[in-house]
Amino acid sequence: MSEVPLAPPVASTLRAPRNVRVSPFTRISAVAIAAFVSLPLLYLIARAAAAGPEAWRLHLLTWRTVELLGSTLSIAAAVLGVSIAVSLPYAWLVTRTDLPLRRFWAVMGALPLAFPSYIAAFTTVSILGPRGALATAIGRPLPELAYGWSGALIALGLFSYPYLYLLLVAAMKGLDPLLEEAARSLGKTRAAVFTRVVLPQLRPPLAAGALMIVLYTMSDFGAVSIVRYDTFTTAIYDAYRGLFDRTVAALLATVLALLTLIVLAGEWMAVRDFVPGRGRPARPPAAAPLGRWKVPAIFFVSLITFATVAVPLTAIGGWCLRAIRAGTGRFTFAEMGNSLAVSIAAALCCVVLSLPVALWAIRGGERLALIVERLTFTGYALPGIVVALALVVAATRLARPLYQTATLLVAAYVIRFLPEAIAATRSSLASLSPLFEEAARSLGRGRFDVLRRITIPLIRPGLLAGGGLVFLTAMKELPATLILRPTGFETLATRIWSESAVAAWSAAAIPSLLLLLASAVPLWALVIRPVIGKDA
Amino acid sequence: MSATLEVRDLTVRYGAVVAVDRLSLDAGRGALAALVGPSGCGKTSVLRAIAGFETPAGGTIRVEGERLDDLPPEKRRVGMLFQQGALFPHLTVLENVAFGLSRGESGRAHEALRLVGLERLEKRRPHELSGGEQQRVALARALAPRPRLVLLDEPFAALDAPLRARLREEVRDILNTTGTTAVLVTHDQEEALSIADQVSVMREGRILQSGTPREVYEHPVSEEVARLVGDANLIEAVVAAGRVDTPLGVLRTDAGDGACTLRVPTESLRVPADGGGAPGLIAGSRFYGHDVVDEVRLADGPAIRVRLARSCGEVGAPVRIALQPDRYLIFFKDGRVATATA
Repeated sequence: MSEVPLAPPVASTLRAPRNVRVSPFTRISAVAIAAFVSLPLLYLIARAAAAGPEAWRLHLLTWRTVELLGSTLSIAAAVLGVSIAVSLPYAWLVTRTDLPLRRFWAVMGALPLAFPSYIAAFTTVSILGPRGALATAIGRPLPELAYGWSGALIALGLFSYPYLYLLLVAAMKGLDPLLEEAARSLGKTRAAVFTRVVLPQLRPPLAAGALMIVLYTMSDFGAVSIVRYDTFTTAIYDAYRGLFDRTVAALLATVLALLTLIVLAGEWMAVRDFVPGRGRPARPPAAAPLGRWKVPAIFFVSLITFATVAVPLTAIGGWCLRAIRAGTGRFTFAEMGNSLAVSIAAALCCVVLSLPVALWAIRGGERLALIVERLTFTGYALPGIVVALALVVAATRLARPLYQTATLLVAAYVIRFLPEAIAATRSSLASLSPLFEEAARSLGRGRFDVLRRITIPLIRPGLLAGGGLVFLTAMKELPATLILRPTGFETLATRIWSESAVAAWSAAAIPSLLLLLASAVPLWALVIRPVIGKDA
Repeated sequence: MSATLEVRDLTVRYGAVVAVDRLSLDAGRGALAALVGPSGCGKTSVLRAIAGFETPAGGTIRVEGERLDDLPPEKRRVGMLFQQGALFPHLTVLENVAFGLSRGESGRAHEALRLVGLERLEKRRPHELSGGEQQRVALARALAPRPRLVLLDEPFAALDAPLRARLREEVRDILNTTGTTAVLVTHDQEEALSIADQVSVMREGRILQSGTPREVYEHPVSEEVARLVGDANLIEAVVAAGRVDTPLGVLRTDAGDGACTLRVPTESLRVPADGGGAPGLIAGSRFYGHDVVDEVRLADGPAIRVRLARSCGEVGAPVRIALQPDRYLIFFKDGRVATATA
């Protein structure tokens, strides 16, 4: 007797367009948010295009542009090289070997993330600079190591590698040891297994991490301006500050935006054909015995931790003490208050605005929803200085009363960091069964009521995480803050930057310490702990 | 009995896929109508369309004469009971039940909880309840606002077997007491046959047959329905000049000639004491406590399943199987249905 023939499952595998779930209000809001986030950039490009061929030739077809391209790309490549050289062995040691105190070293490897680039640059020049701590200690001036290309490499390379490192740690923990065991049993040495089996599987995190580091370096303004290394961002800032006509700044910003898009396209090409392995590994990978390599391995992780955690913290602590003793710590609570106020405002706005975009993308899921969601990432991918300039140009023309207000600054943070909140809201919505919302609807409650009484309470952890992440990044933001802050409005970031730029180390130290303390909790709870986990 | 629910020509599409194809369905006042069919047959889409979570591509849905098609879910007064209960995890049992009520109706929430016998658990959170308690709370929650119709979407599927059987009787009784009209969707034919007043067998977006459980079980209108409902052997046979030749012997029929399928319920076979019947070997046996189903591979034909009070022998032993004298359904390949007598 034959089996009962079953019809192919339809509803469960096909993602149906569930139009009834998402209200027109949600969709219109999401479209408006995407427009708000991407329009300043479109306006900037329009402005650059409208400048005409004569302006392009005059300001862009110059040796200066070639120099800027060279300096921006060379520092990005060098920082990427340093990051890979540090994070690949570091991540492997803390995930796949019997390194003593693995969890401690795993956390230490991620800690440099706490230092915004301008604090990294501040500690670099305050220690290695010609009048820095080391020069004072040995009693003679040092070579110009802390400034220019080498200074930028130290400040950016040693403090941005955690972006790659965290992705590698997460990926290496998820590697299936069976594949490596299979390769070993086929007669391959451990080194051959690493290059031929492990590395190919790490292509997506390597590509994603490389993307983050290259974008981070290309868009950095704080560090390169403090170590006096000219890149596109400093050139844009100088053009904006120095010239009444903003066309030059707009043209340079457009070139930087294009460069960013090329890098994004490159990353996409690199992982396009990647076929992921199947699911989670059956068991955690066995720890490889380090044997006689144990001592060199401990030396390596200690050296990195010493240079990227111990030295900067000691330096900041030392400068703080000196400032307090000498009574030169020019610090007012206004800066802390300003930083907190604009960052909290940005976090709240981002959480609220993330709801319609994420709701539509997850509960609707049609093509337009996904396009709208992508559009909201525009400002996130672009350098802060480009977004800030776009907002200045747009606001002076279209929304004059907003110019030179904290509102415009918060708007810039929202444009830049909204995707952090969207990603968090989106993933918590995706893991919330729509049945709860449907049950509430069938009990006679309208959409808004359901959102307020069911959806929001149930995804609250995700909303808090997204808001916390926006708060963290907004506290650290520098270039947009410098350009958009109202006259006389100082934040911790702007104060650290301006004091570092004039080598007033002890004046920069106290705001640096406060900034580190304020970002410690969200950084630990939202970034480091989720990746490193309870057992490294 | 006037119809509370009237579905006419309902069509639901997902892109190019037609999940529900011009389906019509009625449920009388206070009746429990079941939609039964394999997974993916479109039965859940029907329910979601009635509830308002799916936009139909065509057709009408009426409850008590009112058209629901253009109403949002919250205006339909149609309650829903989901497979996993979908109790709101951040609310207590009482808050869950009161969710669909307005502020002044807390008495009604207690009443609904009393109806399902769980008023003592009103302060608990959903995760502190057993699966059966969760489903009873979900039923109380669905019934509290006095819906015109309750939709039950595989409400017992996540429960273990003894609880499932007990709870469905309980739900049936509660729906009867409150006089609530309900539509039950299930892939479990036993569930549908045991508690529904009316069963509709669905496959590939269409209803193949509707009727009382007994009608559908005893008189399937097609071979397709016979495959989906009941536990019968479907045996290939040929009718020639009033004779139906089967591996189990010859039956008589008035129907014309042609290739057909003979439907033999597992309980209609016996082991004759006199040594008659068709020879075969026992290929396997499944013990159910109250009875046993043996699989017998016939010497010249297919394996058939035989439901007996006690197993007819060891696996591998020879056995003889015969049809009980009765009338059997035959389904012709051309769609004709007739009966044959053994």
